[in-house]
Amino acid sequence: MTTAYRPPRDHAWFLRNRNYTVFVARELTSVFVAWAIVFLMIVIDAVLNGGDPAAFAGQPWVIALNVVALAATTFHAVTFLNLAPTATVIRLDGYRLPAWMIQGGNHSAWLLISAVIAYFVLRTP
Amino acid sequence: MTEPDAVSGVDGAAKQAGRGANEEGEGTIRRVTEPDAVSGVDGAAKQAGRGANEEGEGTIRRVTEAKHHEVRQTTTRTITLEVTRYRPGQDSAPVLESFDVPLMDDWAVLDGLNYIKDQLDGTLSFRWSCRMGICGSCGMNVNGEPRLTCGTFFTEFGDGPIRIEPLKGFPIIRDLVVEVDDFLDKLRHVKPWLIREGEELPLTTEHAQTPAQLEAYKQYSMCINCMLCYSACPVYVLDPDFLGPAAIALAQRYELDSRDMGDRFDMLNLDEAVWGCTFVGECTKVCPKHVDPAEAIQRYKVTAAMRSILPWSRR
Ligand code: SF4
Ligand code: FES
Repeated sequence: MTTAYRPPRDHAWFLRNRNYTVFVARELTSVFVAWAIVFLMIVIDAVLNGGDPAAFAGQPWVIALNVVALAATTFHAVTFLNLAPTATVIRLDGYRLPAWMIQGGNHSAWLLISAVIAYFVLRTP
Repeated sequence: MTEPDAVSGVDGAAKQAGRGANEEGEGTIRRVTEPDAVSGVDGAAKQAGRGANEEGEGTIRRVTEAKHHEVRQTTTRTITLEVTRYRPGQDSAPVLESFDVPLMDDWAVLDGLNYIKDQLDGTLSFRWSCRMGICGSCGMNVNGEPRLTCGTFFTEFGDGPIRIEPLKGFPIIRDLVVEVDDFLDKLRHVKPWLIREGEELPLTTEHAQTPAQLEAYKQYSMCINCMLCYSACPVYVLDPDFLGPAAIALAQRYELDSRDMGDRFDMLNLDEAVWGCTFVGECTKVCPKHVDPAEAIQRYKVTAAMRSILPWSRR
């Protein structure tokens, strides 16, 4: 029989190290990603059913929530795209593509898609 | 030094520090300001006989240098090492014990521990072997971070103190020694050998590889089984069933080897294996050999996902 000491479970493990805290913060921002999807569905529903999406989106609490959600989802997207090179090893003719190139490609594609969406949403008909 | 060393003169004898019953909770630090009264008796057991510990919470047991020792010191400065002590069967929980050791610029933390063992308290237990970052046995938590103590130097910590604890996430057998059985079982579980199928080739057959084929897995073959990545992984610490970083990197080392014909999909495509990883990334940060186990795991997630979508694709 072993007499080894088994430490009790550490419920505050994410406070023990700065990287753990950043990781948990990144995971928690997923909640705002979910909110962004819910918000989008509410707005689409209003448009399709002849409602006024601005009436909902213009309420002070929705604006406040969306400002926070924008910051959180941007943080989530940036950290997510920065991690992508770890999962994708791309070799070109024996040369491994450095992480910054994959990250740069991700961020460029993200900006491009955002710009296209912004163009269609913001243009005055 | 002209006087004989009171401690190292105990040739081959078991040194009993006799810390007595420990009733303190975890996190308590013992403080003793007087050095141990030890006498050099050849072949004799050394009894420091500290007896029952009646110190209050928050105290540090401080052991300064033995009065006389053989080490030629080139410095009079000292640094305090706060070291976890745990005696199975006697201590209900680990406590910290404080030792003052010479502050030498070229000393690693492991040198400090060996100084304690040789000069101050021979009962201190810890693992080490190569002293050059190869055997992987000297891993401990140094100021809260999993490190190889042979490669972690005093110069990093200024005037100290330095806290040295056993690797987190593993049961403590004694002092700084942790149980490794679970880790070794996990390594074995991934079949870490070249699996071949088909005809038996003569033993003299060479399985040549191109530099590119070698490059595909070489990084994952550099692991020294030091377990630092397990200690840094909150998933493993919270759920010991998680296969863990080094074992998955080891599996990848064979999966990506052109000579291997095995398939480790069924053991890796599981919640307790690659899908248990939440990508904290600490395993890669602490790995002293740049194995990048986090990368090994994420890459296999992509492989496993592709194989689930395209069942005919192998690897
Ligand atoms: S992957 Fe790195 S940290 Fe983990 S056991 Fe191997 S060498 Fe140690
Ligand atoms: S003693 Fe071998 S790695 Fe440190």
